[in-house]
Amino acid sequence: MIPAAFDYLRAHTADEAFAYLQQHGAEARVLAGGQSLIPAMRFRLARPAVLVDINSLSDLSYVRIDGKAMALGAIARDVEIERAPWITDRRWSLIHDMSRVVADPVVRQMGTVVGSLCHNDPAGDWPAVALAARAEVVVRGKAGTRHVAIDDFLVDSFTTATGEGEMALGAEFPVPDERTAGSYQKVERKVGDFATAAAAVQVSLNENGTIRSAGVALSAAGACAVRVDAAEKLLAGQKPSAELIRAASDAAWHRSAPQADLRGSVEFKKHLAGVLVARGLRQAFSRLGVQA
Amino acid sequence: MKVHVKVNGVSYERDVEARTLLAYFLREDCRLTGTHVGCDTSSCGCCVVVMDGEKAVKSCSMFAAQADGHEILTVEGLAQGGKLHALQQGFWDQHGLQCGFCTPGMLMTAYALLKHNAAPTEADIREGLAGNLCRCTGYQNIVKSVQQAAGALREAVAAT
Repeated sequence: MIPAAFDYLRAHTADEAFAYLQQHGAEARVLAGGQSLIPAMRFRLARPAVLVDINSLSDLSYVRIDGKAMALGAIARDVEIERAPWITDRRWSLIHDMSRVVADPVVRQMGTVVGSLCHNDPAGDWPAVALAARAEVVVRGKAGTRHVAIDDFLVDSFTTATGEGEMALGAEFPVPDERTAGSYQKVERKVGDFATAAAAVQVSLNENGTIRSAGVALSAAGACAVRVDAAEKLLAGQKPSAELIRAASDAAWHRSAPQADLRGSVEFKKHLAGVLVARGLRQAFSRLGVQA
Repeated sequence: MKVHVKVNGVSYERDVEARTLLAYFLREDCRLTGTHVGCDTSSCGCCVVVMDGEKAVKSCSMFAAQADGHEILTVEGLAQGGKLHALQQGFWDQHGLQCGFCTPGMLMTAYALLKHNAAPTEADIREGLAGNLCRCTGYQNIVKSVQQAAGALREAVAAT
């Protein structure tokens, strides 16, 4: 189908994009990679009256490690993460795993990280990863620019904390400690599909081998990506073990509240949530040289 | 709105609606029907074209307005001077197609893949083409076709 008619505005600077968004408010949507928005417009699930194209804002295409954070701009593409020289470092393994299974290789040429967070699809990949990695989104509003913790940013299905006339300028992922590894486990029907179920995990170890901190999140397990608080709490301070992994896996099963659809029943998806968290933790520990 | 796109080296300036998708711009405004529309929603890859020489994009999920000022290569632009491109020759020799509907997208995705990686492994090719669906061949011969082309292109570079 052809999308409903709209006015197309191309921004040449972030200021210009922001001015357009302020002017058109709820009528306007930002066009970044367009790999979710354009299909949604074609199905007429989205009918924005105005599109503000930010693809010309080359100063927002950056992906850089800036001291404490990996910072990326609003039009940084998935492919740039996948090919970043630092991505193979163990501490980025969660994002590395995910960068190879998000959408498909052609869609990754256009699709953007920040756009994916803003789209906030309940079965998307980036929101769960951003939760496990404790990312922040940089939002520009009338009162200036603010950092929004990912837990506060992901409000509900296809809804974020970006208000009317506001614009997400970028996202920041904290640089993990040296003794950190992660894993992204996704079950999908075919390459490029949304997750039937997926688990994002990231663990940091203390020098004595106990778990300093853990991030555990699920996709396709609720209205939007969910953090498995109970698993994170029970992992912290403990030594990796099979029993610990089983307990975290049970917590994921409890926390998962998926919708049944063509990809699977509620029972199946809940089962997968538990299995995938266990697999993810085992892989993350193994990447840290720990058998559990 | 006016858009100015260079397609296969030829400039096209057309007045289009903002909602015109690049795939339809190519097919209907430029009359280049080699770019196919399959699923129409970014899943199948039949509509892949190459933007600015090296980036494979799904033209059904991009507006013509976004291509304004850019260069697009479609399947019609692959053969030069009546001679098939190494990829087209590969698909011919290795029987990389049956019905041919997915072929333009396969060729253009493979073109961008080889620009980025001149010596891909079989796994690289399978992974690189994962966003392109073929319902006939089972992919085996498509992979062989791209392997042949990669070899031929490397030889051509070595010979110069």
